[in-house]
Amino acid sequence: MTAAFVAGADASSEVPLKRRLKRAERTRRLKALALILPLLLFLLFTFLGPIAGMLWRSVDDWEVRQVLPHTVAALADWDGKDVPGEPAFAALAGDIRTARDAGTVAIASKRLNYALNGFRTIMSGTARNLKALPEPGTAKDTLIGINPAWGERATWAAIKGASGPLTSFYLLGALDLTRNLDGAIVAAPEEQAIYRDVFGRTFTISLGVTVLCLILGFPVAYMLATLPTGQSNVLMIFVLLPFWTSLLVRTCAWIVVLQSEGIVNDSLRWIGLIDEPLRLIYNRFGVYVAMTHVLLPFMILPLYSSMRSISPAYMRAAASLGASPVTAFLRIYLPQTVPGIGAGSLLVFILAIGYYITPALVGGAADQMISYFIAFYTTETVNWGLASALGAVLLLATLLLAVVYGKLVHGQQVTGGMKN
Amino acid sequence: MMDGGMVTTAQALVRFVGVQKTYDGEHLVVKNLDLDIKKGEFVTLLGPSGSGKTTTLMMLAGFEVPTHGDIYLADRPIKNMPPHKRDIGMVFQNYALFPHLTIEENVAFPLTVRKMPRSEVKERVRSALRMIKLENLAHRHPGQLSGGQQQRVALARALVFNPQLVLMDEPLGALDKRLREHMQLEIKQLHETMGITVVYVTHDQSEALTMSDRIAVFNDGIVQQIDKPDALYERPVNSFVANFIGENNVLSGTVENIEQGFCRVALASGGSVVAQAVNVAGAGAATALSVRPERISILTDGQAPDGMNALPAQVQDTIYLGDHALAVLKVAGNGEFMVKLPPGAHAGLSHGQSVSIGFRPEDCRALDPV
Repeated sequence: MTAAFVAGADASSEVPLKRRLKRAERTRRLKALALILPLLLFLLFTFLGPIAGMLWRSVDDWEVRQVLPHTVAALADWDGKDVPGEPAFAALAGDIRTARDAGTVAIASKRLNYALNGFRTIMSGTARNLKALPEPGTAKDTLIGINPAWGERATWAAIKGASGPLTSFYLLGALDLTRNLDGAIVAAPEEQAIYRDVFGRTFTISLGVTVLCLILGFPVAYMLATLPTGQSNVLMIFVLLPFWTSLLVRTCAWIVVLQSEGIVNDSLRWIGLIDEPLRLIYNRFGVYVAMTHVLLPFMILPLYSSMRSISPAYMRAAASLGASPVTAFLRIYLPQTVPGIGAGSLLVFILAIGYYITPALVGGAADQMISYFIAFYTTETVNWGLASALGAVLLLATLLLAVVYGKLVHGQQVTGGMKN
Repeated sequence: MMDGGMVTTAQALVRFVGVQKTYDGEHLVVKNLDLDIKKGEFVTLLGPSGSGKTTTLMMLAGFEVPTHGDIYLADRPIKNMPPHKRDIGMVFQNYALFPHLTIEENVAFPLTVRKMPRSEVKERVRSALRMIKLENLAHRHPGQLSGGQQQRVALARALVFNPQLVLMDEPLGALDKRLREHMQLEIKQLHETMGITVVYVTHDQSEALTMSDRIAVFNDGIVQQIDKPDALYERPVNSFVANFIGENNVLSGTVENIEQGFCRVALASGGSVVAQAVNVAGAGAATALSVRPERISILTDGQAPDGMNALPAQVQDTIYLGDHALAVLKVAGNGEFMVKLPPGAHAGLSHGQSVSIGFRPEDCRALDPV
């Protein structure tokens, strides 16, 4: 009777079941949302906001547009095939005069100098020598007279290219690309093309550190997971100890250990294995050693937690079914640690990609990673556009990795099933 | 330990000779174990937890090394042979199915590690899955199966490579009662149709009685008795076995005399009964009498037939159990004395009523004092 009644109510009611469920859940969901709201806001202002700002800065092109507005407008219809006509010169002369009075010439010339080396000199010279607005019709001759560069197509193409409001200049630059006079994307001149190298180096070092961490961390994690709890807890402290020490201290400790008068070199010389101190630091070797040491716990902990959940019964079962210890390890144990290997590797790799202080302290000039250049452009030259573009490329690469990892782990879960 | 268990060396597939095991160097978990298991036999190691039965199984599987003594498998000493060379299939307590492999891959595992040709692996796996009626789940993962299905896969995996011996470590412990009883019959059938030799560990006596050819009752690191299920129940050799297997009524007393295998025992509360002298030290020694509930009758006229023991009793309670009924009596100071009655017979008994009970001397065994 009850069933019939409920069914009848279902059929006759106007509101679909799904809607009613949603309505019933709404209060609960709102309460939950209210609880995480502080965190959401915090993340929004301290994490998502700055990232969005950085992405925006990598394509924002405001300087020339703001300082030379009339020139930008006059060049809007310029086809770029020849030096523009008189109106553009007149607009430029007017803009430079205004900018000189406002003291903003440097802003525009800095941006234009990125596009065309030497533009800073052209701009400052012009601003200095342009005593008064030229008579109508003489602007072109006046400006070319001050600096013959104004009579070249490349100068004007630089202004046109930097006239915004959005630009691909920085992002292309971060990938060692640039636009030629005709606007086509071409490889950047060799002396400026360093970022692909730096990205390559960053990924090579990160990958190397990840592999080293895996090789060193796997046996440690295995030991931690298989020892009795009491002993493994003691060992765990040794793993965690570096966590509680400042990154700077740990990195500097490596300088003490590895420098030419350091412990390693002194010991080796004392034993008589070497006569001259080995160069162990301020090179790639030092970077690998220090970064592997710093990042090792991030590999060990995920590995440990995945190994901890593998029952020893599996290895026994494999042995009883005829698998030698090596076969049992390769076919039964190792596959079950794959989620841990994946998590640990991703963690170490992503952390390593962004490493700055350690390579800066223990690496040589050729061992600096991408973060060094990002820091360099933000703090030294204040080239926010390029710094942001490098950051954006790094972010994209990291996100891609995370997506790939997510796919892999998801696949693993589907095939892995539950532990019994 | 005694009767029924003796086999000659030639027949024995597994032989434990004087095996001892200690983990801490102070306490022996297994004390001087001698045990022969025939080819094709289903032997259960039964005992409470900590009795040494699982340690015995682990030594046979190769996961534990005997501290002393030798184990022979098909007349070869296997004390120092690693587990993967022993050719022993094992079913674990929680099945230990490899979670990252499908059912098919799990069952194929023992074959592929033996580098068997692919076509033969396929054929054998298929027939093994057919045997456990799970062909349609071949491509699932263990986590997607029910407990009973996982149990069957574990069985198939342990049997698929035709091991000379199969060990089972409380394989049904995680299943509910109905499924457990069903699986008991299924394993028993597998054993009979395939002719495999099984060593089975459990603490569940009804499981042991249902499935086994012989049962070795472990306690305190010692095999108390190894015998066929009926012999174990009908003729326990000591009080531990009598109490551990089935319902048992205990009456304590002192032996007065022993004559032709029977003894007269004076009960602590007064009165005396005649019992089979099974495990008594001699006249004057303390003893515990063991009588099974179904061997006792309530005497309606208060008179015992000639040669039958009769004791006064007081009804404490009656329990109706469907196919039979139990009367809980107070007999000679024991307030939990059970008598099994045909259904309906309990109706005439009421709390506090005085009755007489009777049992034959042959059904009463004088054992070591508890």
